[in-house]
Amino acid sequence: MKYILLVAIPYVFVLGLAAISDVETPPIDSEQVGFRGTGMVQMTNPRIAAKLEDANQPPDEFGPVEPGGDLAKDIYENVQVLGDLTDDEFNHFMLGVTTWVSPEEGCGYCHNEENLASDEKYTKVVARRMMQMTRTINNEWSDHVGATGVNCYSCHRGNHVPEYVWTDENYHPEANKGFAASRNDQNLAVDVNGHTSLPYNAMADLLTSPDPQIRVQSNLALPTRQGGQSLQTTESTYSLMINMSEGLGVNCNYCHNSRAFGDWSQSSDKRVTAFHGINMVQELNATYLDPLASELPENRLGPNGDAPKAMCMTCHQGVNKPMYGWEALNDHPKALVAQ
Amino acid sequence: MFKPEYQNIFTQVQVHGPADLGVDVETGIWERGEKTWTSYWMGKIGDAQIGPLYLGSLGVASIMCGATWFVMVGLNMLAQVGWDPVEFIRQLFWLSLDPPAPKYGLSFPPMAEGGWYLLSSMFLLVSVLLWWARVYTRAKAHGMGTHVAWAFASAIWLFLVLGLIRPLLMGSWSEAVPYGIFSHLDWTSAFSIRYGNLFYNPFHMLSIAFLYGSALLFAMHAGTILAVSRYGGEREIEQIVDRGTASERAALFWRWTMGFNATMESIHRWAFWFAIFTTLTGGIGILLTGTVVDNWYLWGVKHGIAPPYPDVFGGTVDPMN
Repeated sequence: MKYILLVAIPYVFVLGLAAISDVETPPIDSEQVGFRGTGMVQMTNPRIAAKLEDANQPPDEFGPVEPGGDLAKDIYENVQVLGDLTDDEFNHFMLGVTTWVSPEEGCGYCHNEENLASDEKYTKVVARRMMQMTRTINNEWSDHVGATGVNCYSCHRGNHVPEYVWTDENYHPEANKGFAASRNDQNLAVDVNGHTSLPYNAMADLLTSPDPQIRVQSNLALPTRQGGQSLQTTESTYSLMINMSEGLGVNCNYCHNSRAFGDWSQSSDKRVTAFHGINMVQELNATYLDPLASELPENRLGPNGDAPKAMCMTCHQGVNKPMYGWEALNDHPKALVAQ
Repeated sequence: MFKPEYQNIFTQVQVHGPADLGVDVETGIWERGEKTWTSYWMGKIGDAQIGPLYLGSLGVASIMCGATWFVMVGLNMLAQVGWDPVEFIRQLFWLSLDPPAPKYGLSFPPMAEGGWYLLSSMFLLVSVLLWWARVYTRAKAHGMGTHVAWAFASAIWLFLVLGLIRPLLMGSWSEAVPYGIFSHLDWTSAFSIRYGNLFYNPFHMLSIAFLYGSALLFAMHAGTILAVSRYGGEREIEQIVDRGTASERAALFWRWTMGFNATMESIHRWAFWFAIFTTLTGGIGILLTGTVVDNWYLWGVKHGIAPPYPDVFGGTVDPMN
């Protein structure tokens, strides 16, 4: 009996470690997505998938609007974006926005209810910019969002600020002062780097700058005089890819053949969609979201004073197609798409 | 269940006699200690007698340098959590002392941006080399061969390639490995990704073959000797000089199961060279990466190692082309 106890100790220790860590218990579903024997397999934990399904239900639809009537710009003052909607379409869309973004506060979250045309609340200025951004996504980024499109609910899900956004973080500011070695914005387990020790501010470089260095592998077998990308750059890309993987709830090989990550000819067509997604998020962050820092009050800004920005998780929320491919343009198509 | 007379790692019989002080060997300026004591728990896994100890000048200098490296890494990690011991324990596996950024090349960076890494690396290097010299001189002093020192040198070769030779050839200290639990694992992964998949590196393949081979040989040899220990087989040296039935049975067992047997002596040469080749070939593989091959997968395609697979995705094309 004594010997059994002694032998059991390491097993109990290992199982105990597994129990307190992130280890998922079997069974895990697997689906072959590439050529046999190449490890191109998608792993899904059915218990996590069930929770995700509950969390990613589309909202109720509003139904169609009677056509015709006067245009909003002829009836209301200070309508800068939605002027070409009819009165009915306009109010119908306002109802949608309220339901999707400020279901509890209603119109008063953005409007001065004594004077609806006033821009005195910052939320109204931001909302206008968000409508322009939504139109840009639906008009110019069909390579990523397809005909499904997006609306406010795609990201907001009933919240004033979408749940999954990022700012330039400054964890442990005391650690980067003085003589001791810097943490290099890494070596800290946070959600955006998937609890690795990879850089947690990779998105600041890779999802805002217009010409980010994401590609790190060489296209030639042998080195050239120019030299290639550094291991530090590689780790930033790695961190971004972990972030995408978590955001979409997929493995690396949803897009890549892991034997040659950089090789497009062995990648799935999903990688092309993801490529346009990265470019889209770069434009949205640089053109629409980052400049909002001047409009937002301090409590909405990150520790370094930048505005909350988008990443894959912002809209996808753990699912490869947001809300499983919900047709976001069914309601208010004119408000969401018109130029 | 277990029979009482069966001996496993937990049930070894411990016989305590007078302390064995060993043969007289030459020492340096330091005298060998004479103190010995016994440990019941060490007796569970080996000889219960601890000591007599001899650190010598090389050992003392090595431990001092090694401790300096260890403390430099540890204090920098502690500073990174604001000197909070609880956070230090909580974040320990994530904390790291990182090499300098690529912009510094081979120059000496500010202390906070890689200076501590380079300084501590120097102490680690000196510590490891001094310990190697100690292993070598102690073997000589005991009138032994220097096999252990050369096996250790093979491991040091890999360590030198990773932290010194390859960064020098690449022209940047930023290529070196960070000192941290997860950070060095992330580095390993990023290294393979950056250089186009290390699995297509033939020396990486060899290193893996020797590593797994070492484990297999270790299991085969240990299993064989334990299986014939009831005939005195664990007294391997006696069996080499005066072969008994333990050796005969073990040899016949392997000739019957796989048609060939190593000898009581040659099995140790097998194990020795497999272990040495693991890090020797591994070091060559790392040395060639980035210096003469930039993408191992494409190198593998060029040399017919990497097979093409049928295009099941219908020809995905780089949108930037």
